[in-house]
Amino acid sequence: MQDYEKTGVLSLKDLKMPTKKQLKKGVAILECIQEIPCDPCVESCPVCAITMKDINAPPINNYEKCIGCTKCVGVCPGLAIFVVKIKDGKALVTLQYEFLPVPEVGDKVEALNRKGAKVGFGIVRRVVKQGKTMVITVEIDEDLAMDVRNIRV
Amino acid sequence: MRIKKHPIIDFKFDKKLRFYFNNKIMYGFDGDSIASALHAQGVKKFTTSQKYARPRGFFCGIGKCSSCLMRVNGVPNVRTCIAPLKDSIYVETQDKLPLLPTAEFKDKPKETVDVDILVIGAGPAGLCASIEAANQNARVLIVDENQFVGGQLVKQTHKFFGSKQEKAGTRGIDIAKELEKEVVELQKKGKIDLMLDSTVIGYYERDKKNYHKFGVVKREKYENILYEINCKAAIFACGAMENMLLFPGNDLPGVYGAGAVQTLMNVYGVKPGNKVLMVGAGNVGLIVSYQLIQAGIDVECVVEAAPKIGGYNVHAAKLRRCGVPILISHSIKELYGDGKVEGAVIVKLDDKWEPIKGSDEKVKCDTVCLAVGLTPSTRLLFQTGVKIAFIPEAGGYIALHDDLMQTSVKGLYISGDASGIEEASTAMIEGKIAGLAAAVSLGYDKNKDLLKKYQIELKNLRAGPFGQKPRIANKKIEKLMEKKYAGL
Repeated sequence: MQDYEKTGVLSLKDLKMPTKKQLKKGVAILECIQEIPCDPCVESCPVCAITMKDINAPPINNYEKCIGCTKCVGVCPGLAIFVVKIKDGKALVTLQYEFLPVPEVGDKVEALNRKGAKVGFGIVRRVVKQGKTMVITVEIDEDLAMDVRNIRV
Repeated sequence: MRIKKHPIIDFKFDKKLRFYFNNKIMYGFDGDSIASALHAQGVKKFTTSQKYARPRGFFCGIGKCSSCLMRVNGVPNVRTCIAPLKDSIYVETQDKLPLLPTAEFKDKPKETVDVDILVIGAGPAGLCASIEAANQNARVLIVDENQFVGGQLVKQTHKFFGSKQEKAGTRGIDIAKELEKEVVELQKKGKIDLMLDSTVIGYYERDKKNYHKFGVVKREKYENILYEINCKAAIFACGAMENMLLFPGNDLPGVYGAGAVQTLMNVYGVKPGNKVLMVGAGNVGLIVSYQLIQAGIDVECVVEAAPKIGGYNVHAAKLRRCGVPILISHSIKELYGDGKVEGAVIVKLDDKWEPIKGSDEKVKCDTVCLAVGLTPSTRLLFQTGVKIAFIPEAGGYIALHDDLMQTSVKGLYISGDASGIEEASTAMIEGKIAGLAAAVSLGYDKNKDLLKKYQIELKNLRAGPFGQKPRIANKKIEKLMEKKYAGL
């Protein structure tokens, strides 16, 4: 049995890690590693970087092709896609946010890790409304790039 | 107790209604059920147990259990969880068994309706079955107990999985609206009739060749009207009911099926409580926990008796990101509280699922949600004489059926949770198959080639590890069906 089946929390070794260069341009990290019948991310990708063998196979992102456009973030029913981009010692993490209040650009928010623990603060850089789904980009310290996966407003 | 703001749902509390509860004036809103209006004003005790006079709250919230029965305008045994709130009604608790109303249908005219296909249940399976059959030009009548179509989709605020044809990425509440729109269009064309707030009460001796006869009671202003329905085919899409769990205190007001809480908060905009303990980490437990947080309610923790999380990791992960602990190999030992839930004792289980001594832990909470599986609703099916078997992987007793969803009785079909507990996405495809197959069997066969396509879609959805249970169930069903036909 995998650890995440006991905890619900993925660790970095469960994920396909992008290179530093790929992180610089910004790529989508697909935190979806189980075989579940779902494929909207594949359909959403404008450059066909995300593929899956069949509807039950976990999606795979080709980081070389991925342009970090964040289109897949808001369509994921599992809220499991995060676009991470490193820039000037900071990291921009784009994630789905489905709670109230909705933060505004410039707001300082708490940055939470995969266990919901506060690991620092972030500045909201972008808020995109897709129906009732908010796709939010938050700027955090670079070393938290692969750690921060939620915010608290 | 009302949810004033919600990230996904726009609640409209427009028209205030006044009603009486045990002689006290109370208020609710148009669109409320009687139960939701009472709950919003803090009334959690709905009934009293017959033997020990224990207070009880409602459990299922969808008209399938009996813990919310009250007398409304003098009519006893009204299921307040699905009965609509109306202005100036008179609601009373029933502290003892009510008197049987005398000769309710005597001297009242009975209406007779003849249709091609009767669809029982207007959830995802029933609506898809109806749309499919009506598009073939079969005349369809849908009967449902609720005030609105959509079944349990109306409370699914999360986006669905699957692929485009199963409306993946769309929220369940929006899928309900899309299906309703299609039904309304077909209603306008005279292909579908809809009877809401109505219950199919029984299956009766046929007096017409090739017809099945059902009795339906339609409720109007808490009064009942009897209908006789004659149909050439019937599709049972009557869903399922949430399971209860045995432990001391499980009947305290404040203990609900997780789906009941979902109904209360996502349909009626009423908070079930302020601090919740969730029992069960399957998809239902995980999803409802997340939705509780969206409604501004604290989830203390999720306990799961199995040594691993049963639901999708993505659902568990989004809950953990909100800081909610999921405790595997843990169960609820007992509840405490004076007339209502005040807290729970949880306990760690060893590898034989036995409680470990000394591992008791108190959890302060006012609400306990049970997300410990569902049981298909098959009582009406039992009466029809279709062949039924106990199949644990399908959730209990289910009607045996072939790959067109037809049972062992010609013309009687099943689909959705009533044919085995699964996801709404599979329910919709099963509904399409049943609706199309039933229409084709009656000669409306213009698109019969679609059947193969739907069957492949269904197979694909079940191909992964989470489809293992339905795969096992279907193998068993197939075998039992063969046996049955071998004997003919």
